[in-house]
Amino acid sequence: MVENRHLQVGLRDEDVLEMYKVMLLARRIDERMWLLNRSGKIPFVVSCQGQEASQVGAAFALNREKDYVLPYYRDLGVVLAFGMTAKDLMLSSFAKAEDPNSGGRQMPGHFGQKKNRIVTGSSPVTTQVPHAVGIALAAKMEGKDIVSFVTFGEGSSNQGDFHEGANFAGVHKLPVILMCENNQYAISIPIEKQLACGKVSDRAIGYGMPGVTVDGNDPIEVYKAVKEAADRGRRGEGPSLIEAVSYRLTPHSSDDDDSQYRSADEVSEAKKIDSIITFAAYLKATSVMDDEMEKQINEEIMKVVNEATDYAEEAPFAKEDTLSKYVYAEK
Amino acid sequence: MAVISYIDAVIMAIREEMERDSRVFVLGEDVGKKGGVFKATSGLYEQFGEQRVIDTPLAESAIAGVGIGAAMYGMRPIAEMQFADFIMPAINQIISESAKIRYRSNNDWQCPIVIRAPYGGGVHGALYHSQSVEAIFANQPGLKIVMPSTPYDVKGLLKAAIRDEDPVLFFEHKRAYRLIKEEVPDDDYVLPIGKADIKRVGDDVTVITYGLCVHFALQAAEKLASDGISVHILDLRTVYPLDQEAIIEAAAKTGKVLLITEDNKEGSIISEVSAIIAENCLFDLDAPIMRLAGPDVPAMPYSPPLEKSFMVNPDKVEKALRDLAAY
Repeated sequence: MVENRHLQVGLRDEDVLEMYKVMLLARRIDERMWLLNRSGKIPFVVSCQGQEASQVGAAFALNREKDYVLPYYRDLGVVLAFGMTAKDLMLSSFAKAEDPNSGGRQMPGHFGQKKNRIVTGSSPVTTQVPHAVGIALAAKMEGKDIVSFVTFGEGSSNQGDFHEGANFAGVHKLPVILMCENNQYAISIPIEKQLACGKVSDRAIGYGMPGVTVDGNDPIEVYKAVKEAADRGRRGEGPSLIEAVSYRLTPHSSDDDDSQYRSADEVSEAKKIDSIITFAAYLKATSVMDDEMEKQINEEIMKVVNEATDYAEEAPFAKEDTLSKYVYAEK
Repeated sequence: MAVISYIDAVIMAIREEMERDSRVFVLGEDVGKKGGVFKATSGLYEQFGEQRVIDTPLAESAIAGVGIGAAMYGMRPIAEMQFADFIMPAINQIISESAKIRYRSNNDWQCPIVIRAPYGGGVHGALYHSQSVEAIFANQPGLKIVMPSTPYDVKGLLKAAIRDEDPVLFFEHKRAYRLIKEEVPDDDYVLPIGKADIKRVGDDVTVITYGLCVHFALQAAEKLASDGISVHILDLRTVYPLDQEAIIEAAAKTGKVLLITEDNKEGSIISEVSAIIAENCLFDLDAPIMRLAGPDVPAMPYSPPLEKSFMVNPDKVEKALRDLAAY
């Protein structure tokens, strides 16, 4: 008998089932994007595969009605949990006018949707960390009970903006949750060539905040860590650093060949503990989900992904005369 | 209406905007208790408290980046870079982020931040406390760059910058801070960003410049007037995007144009002004466009004679104007 861990952290059966659905939706959208890329229909994909448990576990620990998220480019799971739809994401992949992230201006993976408090991001990594700190500062100035949640990779934890932002948040005791999604590779460079310290979470002590490392393949463990950090933030106790360790199951992007720097065996080993599989097994072992439900969920998700793909493929591109719009505010 | 200095106009503008709008706040190094190393935020900490006049850690990218985050949330941050020379660590935040937030989000997000910085030489500041940095940012659509020359313009333009819906770099000439004084109204007024201003009307030669060099040109023009040479002076005020209409009009008016900047010459603001005139005023010109600028050396040295040699001054302007008038 598998121990029921979700009830212990305050997650109901319907919550963990919903988490699984979002994780699976993220995976299926991602897989579809690769198919579309390899068939020449979309120019670029950058994946969430392997990190869905970290992303969805974290997002579910936040207040999805009022908190702000500053995702990095792999965070399909975060943005789906915060209200972005499969259709929105497919519109982005096809670079169509209706894409809420950017109207087709940015590459896929550059999320942003104000109505869901998903803050617009760029390609130079880690610039979003100081933004998260600024949002927390502003919310604190207004007396709002809000936390900001920002993610980045372990390679990005070397950037000055990580350190400058973390220190600012620590000094001013701001409600920021910094979550490193450590997928063990920064494109081709493994963690031991990125960090002189053992863990990304070791860096927290320099900024006066707690740092924890959790199993990023376990959405319940990630949920628990992020929930604690959010509670700390709301109590006025300042920022937290969480390192969720998982594994990047795909190449860095559709333009990368990962066989140049890691073995196929290593990837197959990681696939054995893929959270999409292990979390489904957990849900069955705790009788939250049965085979029939799993089948039904898969069918529903494939229907959503198919409809989103068809819609986005047919949708119009932005007209050429919009090129110069929105450089500055328009009266 | 009182006579106040350039730096007092900075303080007055910030104070008035902070009184008028609770979303306006200041962040930067030493801006709080100390009131800024130049005293450009003097008295604000006492009036508005440490929540709205924030002494930050010494880290420029965070000063810009935290400000940008707050601006995206809906605040009106005024971030101070202690010297324009120290803006370099924040360039990624300013160019990759603030300038592109509206465009990249297809108008979903906006970034109404003001980044203030003292620039310019003639204060024995050597290489790293004297630079003009505007040209670095002056081909980044999404940004606006304001560089006022007078206390009146400082107040009206800084208030406009704070109310602007987009990121504005506001560069203040540090030598002008206490050197330049004039009457400034106590009432609430704003001046339009993106509009140049005629600082002297004349018929024989045109000077187009900005910042402290406007005053050098005014002094030189005064001398030339006694010799019957009438100088027209256009103060750009906003150096990006440029007021093309005003530039074309001022150049065409006299047909002889002297462009002045304290910055290094090649690739400077006046290079672009020159291109605008060349594109639009070929048949209006009676002389080649003349440029007076800093030399193309990395920055101005500490040694007084070398600093003096680098800097534009009224004598250099006068000589250039006489040459141009005689052409």
